[in-house]
Amino acid sequence: MRVVIAEDSVLLREGLVGLLSRFGFDVVAAVGDAAALVTAVEQTAPDLVVTDVRMPPGFTDEGLRAAVVALSQYVQHSYAGELLGSGQGRAIGYLLKDRVADVAEFADMLRRVAEGGTVVDPEVVRQLMLRGRDPIEHLSPREREVLALVAEGHSNAAIARMLTLTEAGVGKHIGNVLAKLRLPVSDDTNRRVLAVLTYLRGRP
Amino acid sequence: MTSTTTLLRAVMRPGFLLSTWPWRGIAYTLTTAVASGLLWLVLSVPLAPLALAIGVLRTEGARAVEAAPHWWAGTYVSVAVVLSLVGVGLLALTVPRLATAVAGIERWRLRLADDAPAVARRSGNLYTDPATWRSVAYLLLLGIVAPVWLGVLGLAGLLVVSTPIAVHYRLVTMESTGSAVSRAVLGLVLIPAVLYLTSAFGGGHAALARLLLCCEPDPAAAELVEVTRSRARLADAFDAERHRIERDLHDVAQQRLVSLTMQLGLARLDLPSGSPAAVAVASAHDHAKTLMAELRDLIRGISPQTLRELGLRAAIEELAAGSPLRVHVDVDPGRFPPAVETVAYAAVSEALANAVKHAAATEATVAARRSGVMLTVQVRDDGHGGADPSRGSGITGLADRAAAAGGRLRISSPPGGPTTLRVELPCAS
Repeated sequence: MRVVIAEDSVLLREGLVGLLSRFGFDVVAAVGDAAALVTAVEQTAPDLVVTDVRMPPGFTDEGLRAAVVALSQYVQHSYAGELLGSGQGRAIGYLLKDRVADVAEFADMLRRVAEGGTVVDPEVVRQLMLRGRDPIEHLSPREREVLALVAEGHSNAAIARMLTLTEAGVGKHIGNVLAKLRLPVSDDTNRRVLAVLTYLRGRP
Repeated sequence: MTSTTTLLRAVMRPGFLLSTWPWRGIAYTLTTAVASGLLWLVLSVPLAPLALAIGVLRTEGARAVEAAPHWWAGTYVSVAVVLSLVGVGLLALTVPRLATAVAGIERWRLRLADDAPAVARRSGNLYTDPATWRSVAYLLLLGIVAPVWLGVLGLAGLLVVSTPIAVHYRLVTMESTGSAVSRAVLGLVLIPAVLYLTSAFGGGHAALARLLLCCEPDPAAAELVEVTRSRARLADAFDAERHRIERDLHDVAQQRLVSLTMQLGLARLDLPSGSPAAVAVASAHDHAKTLMAELRDLIRGISPQTLRELGLRAAIEELAAGSPLRVHVDVDPGRFPPAVETVAYAAVSEALANAVKHAAATEATVAARRSGVMLTVQVRDDGHGGADPSRGSGITGLADRAAAAGGRLRISSPPGGPTTLRVELPCAS
């Protein structure tokens, strides 16, 4: 798994290199600004790009096949939406920088994106779900848990594991939840993440 | 030693004749004469009916002496009364306005005789303003007193001006040269005397004009303005310092803390689980994670980036999302001046925090509306109330910051709740 890291803070950049190496990623380049990032991506054709939100690679760039994880200092709902909506089929992740504190979870999230999934930081989802009221309030607590995990980008199998349910049970819950929110029922993880997030953000 | 700034003072000093003051005195006196003449010209209109009334009455008085019939007398008296009423009415309408206009012109003209700035002060409406009636008194000064001394000066001036002619006449008509010489000497001596007299009278008039028409600036008002400005400057300096601290905390301290936490997390992985080292490092790691969250909250309390970059509504929504309460947000979109946004945000943050800490609330509403030039922010929670600003400095500090920004803070928190905090801030943009 070849990774390019772009982060302007030296301390954090070094830390990320160490962390990713420790978990078996092959860090082919670690740069400190947007221009260097473009060059590095062109030259090394990585599988995954981990970058600060302020210097994302151009999303209209056809040449970029890599999955992208954007790291942000604080929650920016508008940016999250933009990022996830513009992926064009590419795997995307939006994580808060604080997430690196839990090293194993962080590495796992990166791996999920690298393998084609969509990942949204749990804190972002939590904030979105706290806003406003109905009809989220009409969901049972279990259904709310399921919704949160769907929004974070987990697959049905992963959710089943986390909540100790059967995959079939998870599928049923998800179907109920999406129907209550009047969202299209889909097993495509990435598409439903986007749908749920758009729904959550659009609430008053 | 006072500097010579007025004509009157200049007259009393030695060296008066050698300065520019005599010329200014002449200029001021001449223009006073012109002003006085113009004043009579303008006043002739409203005064005409009164003059006519007097004329009618005198005629009537003359006829009464000739024992005219009564009905004849009655008509004249009533005509005189009507004319008087019209005259008085005209005067009441025109004189205050005229006086105010003349006051303005005379203050400008005063610059010839007085170097100090001439400031006017108005209060109330035209008829209740004491300045108006002082201006009317000045009209009397200009219209009645001035002609008197102007007349005296005119005579003296004539004497001076006529000296060469008189001397020439005496010489031509062969009167004794002695009388011609004495006449010439008289003329010469009169020149400085006339100069002094002109400036003395003019200076006296100018001093009275200053007394009647100008106001000394109120020292208390000047002080108040300075206090308000310095308080605003202090608040600005305070905000700038807070930004600086937030910058330093964010760029330096936070980065290093994240790095440290990451390293501890990695270290945990390599230690045999259950060993004392693993337990210790795990504990250190947890502390570091907590510290990260606390530092982030601290920075956000000081000067949130969201507020600076995305504005008040985004920042309040973030506050609401991070709060354990259910918070309903209804904030006008758009940006406000930075000082206003800072205080508004601080108020909402404090109110929400208090609702959780002290009032055990479960829900809150945050509304911020701009109407005209005022931004009104209101936070209402369903807690048990009882907020007392005198206990704890949070609310009073907020009130000070609101006042420094030109606004005010009000709080209603009866025991049993609910609590409502309202901040009104002027925003010019």
